Amino acid sequence: MKTVWLCILLALPAEMSLAVENSELDALKKQVLQMQQQLQQLQEKIQQLEAQKTVAPPATPAPATAWSPSQPITVARAGNAYMNMSFDALVNAGGSSKADVTKLQLGDHDPSQRGFSLRNAEIALDGAVDPYLKGFANIVLKLDNNNETEIELEEAYGQTTSLPLNLQLKAGQFFAAFGRQNQQHPHAWAFVDQPLIMNRVLGGDGLRNLGAQLSWLAPTPWYTEAMLGVFNGQGGTTFSFRDAANTYGRTALSRGLRGPGDLLFVPRLASSFDIGDTQTLVLGASAAFGPNDSGADTRTQIYGVDSYWKWKSPEAHGGFPFVSWQTEAMLRRYDAGADPTVPLPAETLEDWGFYSQVLWGFHLGWVLGLRGEFVSGSNGANDVADALLRGDRLRLSPNLTWYPTEFSKLRLQYNYDHGQAFGDAYSVWLQLEFLLGAHAAHKF
Amino acid sequence: MKIRTIILFALLMPALAHAKLNVVATTPELAAIARDIGGNRIEVVSLAKPTEDTHFVDPKPSFVVKLARADALIEGGAELEIGWLPPLLENARNSRLATDAPGRIAIAPGVQLLEVPTALDRSKGDVHAMGNPHFMTDPLNAKIAAQRIADGLAKLDAAGAETYRSNLAKFNTRIDAKMIEWHKTLAPFLGKRIVAYHNTWPDFGARFGLKIDLFLEPKPGIPPTPASLAEVIAKMKAEHLRVVIVEPYQNRKTADAVAIATGAVVVPVAQYPGGVKGTEGGYVELIDYLVNAIAKGLAQ
Repeated sequence: MKTVWLCILLALPAEMSLAVENSELDALKKQVLQMQQQLQQLQEKIQQLEAQKTVAPPATPAPATAWSPSQPITVARAGNAYMNMSFDALVNAGGSSKADVTKLQLGDHDPSQRGFSLRNAEIALDGAVDPYLKGFANIVLKLDNNNETEIELEEAYGQTTSLPLNLQLKAGQFFAAFGRQNQQHPHAWAFVDQPLIMNRVLGGDGLRNLGAQLSWLAPTPWYTEAMLGVFNGQGGTTFSFRDAANTYGRTALSRGLRGPGDLLFVPRLASSFDIGDTQTLVLGASAAFGPNDSGADTRTQIYGVDSYWKWKSPEAHGGFPFVSWQTEAMLRRYDAGADPTVPLPAETLEDWGFYSQVLWGFHLGWVLGLRGEFVSGSNGANDVADALLRGDRLRLSPNLTWYPTEFSKLRLQYNYDHGQAFGDAYSVWLQLEFLLGAHAAHKF
Repeated sequence: MKIRTIILFALLMPALAHAKLNVVATTPELAAIARDIGGNRIEVVSLAKPTEDTHFVDPKPSFVVKLARADALIEGGAELEIGWLPPLLENARNSRLATDAPGRIAIAPGVQLLEVPTALDRSKGDVHAMGNPHFMTDPLNAKIAAQRIADGLAKLDAAGAETYRSNLAKFNTRIDAKMIEWHKTLAPFLGKRIVAYHNTWPDFGARFGLKIDLFLEPKPGIPPTPASLAEVIAKMKAEHLRVVIVEPYQNRKTADAVAIATGAVVVPVAQYPGGVKGTEGGYVELIDYLVNAIAKGLAQ
C-alpha cells in the first residue's frame, strides 16, 4: 500500500511538470521534496522499530489459531478448550503369601489378586461451567477378578467460584473432607493401597456420598479453612453409617431418611503454617456424625486428626528433593443395636488406629517411602465373624517410586502384615500409572 | 452517634492512608518489574522463589491466603504456572482475580511466544501448548510486561495512573539505554552457540543473536542420560562450544562433568532476580549479569 502511494507521488510531478508554469513547478518541487523527506523519516522510523522488535526474525511461524488435522487432541488443549479431560490408569502386578488377596487388601482400589489387577482407571473432567460455577466429574472403571468391568461415578459436583464472604459451596457426589487421604484420588496416593484405619472406619471406597459442603476461608494471617459437609449418608460409600451391608452381624434396618437428623454431617477444620521458606505444616481435625443401619436409633461418630509436614529444597528441580511426613489418626464409636434374632446385644464398638508415612524424594523423579500402621479396637460380640474388620492389625510398607515424568510412575511396594485374623502375611506389589490428556493440578 | 463516626473514622484512617494495592506475582521477575512500576503505591510478593524450578512450585496453603487478599495477580500465563496456580486460585475464591477481571494481569497474551508447537505430543517431553513460557528473558518482552502491568494497575488505581505511567516511561528508558550496552557487549559473539541445561533461553538467544539450542536434557523435562550427554559432548567438541549455562536448581554436577569433558566453562545463570548472587536488585540487574557473565564465558 505504502509503495503504491509512493509511486503515485513520485510519478505525479513528472507528468505535471510539462503542463504547469515555473513558479508552480518550484512550489510543487519543494512540496515533493518535503514529502520525500517525511517519507524517508517515516521509513527510518519503521526500520528502527522493526530492528527493536526483532533482531532475529522469529524462527517459528505465528501461532496457528485455526484447527488443523495435525492437532489431534486440540479438544483437551489447556486454556483453549472448555474443559480439562484426562484418563489415568493404575495397573498392579504382584503377589502375596495369602492366596485370597481381597482378605488383606480391603481398599476398593487396592491390588485385588495375585498376578495383575486394574482397580482404578479414571476419566477426569473439569472446567468452568459459567462465571459462577466450576464442574468436576470422575468416572472410574475397574476390572474385577473375573476381568469384568465395573463402573462407578466416583465424583460429580459443581463448585461455586464467586460467593461473597470467602465462602465456597459445592454440591453433588464427592469425597467428604475428612482427613487428608480421603480427599485424594488413588493416583495421588503415596502407596499402592488405602491405609488400614481408612478401611475400617471410612470404608474401602472412602467416605463419599451425595450431598453439599460449605467451606469458609477464615480471615486469619495464616491459612485456616472450616468446612461442613452434609450428606445422605446412605450406601456402601458411607460404610460406617446407613450402609445396609455393614452392620456387624445385626439385621440391617435399611431405613430411609426420616428427617434432617438422619443426615450425615462432616465438619472439618484445617490450618497451615509456613516454617521459614522451605517448610510447610498442615494440621487438620475432622469428624463425621450420622445414624447407622444396625438399629432403630443407633448412631456413629468418627473423629480424626491429621498432620502433614513438607520440606522442599529452595533449589528444587522438578519438585525434588523433598521430605514429607503425613500422619492420620482416627477413632470411631459405632453404636450397634440389639438384635434378638441373631442374637446380638446392644453395644458400642470402638475402633481406632493411625498410619504415619515418610516420603523422601532423594533424586529427581525418585521417592523412597515408609509407612507404618496400626489399628485396634474394643471387643465386640460378633468379632469372630467380623475378624477382617476388627481386631489388632499392624502393617509396615516400604516402597520406592520412580516418576519418569509427571505423567507416569512405577512403584514397587513391600507389605509386612500382621493381623489377629491371619497371622503374618507378606506381599509385593508393582504399580504402573499413566496419565493421558490434561489433568487438573492437585492441591497441596 | 457522632463519637461513633469519629472512632470509626479514626480506625479507618490508617487503613486509608496505607491503602496500597496488594499485588501477588507468580514469579520473582514479574514481582521486580511490578515494584518498578508500582513504586510505593503497591505491595508485591512473589509466590515462586528465584532459585526454584517454577514449573513445579508447591501450591502451599499460605499462597491461598495471599491470593485471597490480593487486589491483583500478575502471571506469565503461558502454562508455566499451570501445575500449581489453578488449585490455589480455586481455593482462594477471590473474584477480583477471576479470568478477565481487571485484577488478573497476564503477560503472555501481549507477547509473541516462540516455539509454539503445531501438534501436542508428550513423547517429545514437556512441551508447552502455548509456546515457550520463558519469554521474560528477552528485555523487550519485559517492556511489554511493564506496559501490561502499568495498564493493569492504572485500571485498579486510577489515582495512581500518572505514577504508573511515569514509572513505566522510566523503566522503558532504562531498558532502551541498557539494550544498546547489552547489544554492544554481546556483539563480538553474534551467532555463537551456547549449551543450556533446559530450553529456557530461546527468547534471550533470539534477542542477542546467540544460538542457545543445544541442551543437556535430551527432551524438555527429561533428565540427561549418559548416552544423551555423550551426544552433547561430541557435538560440543566438534563445534568447539565453550559455554554451558546452568540455572540454580539444575544439576550443576552434570554441567561440570560436561564442561570438564569438553574444556568448556559453566556459567551459572537464572531467569529470576536473586537466582544468582548479584542479581537481587531487579530485572535490569539480572539481564546485566546474564549478558556480562555469558560474554565473559564466551571470551574465554
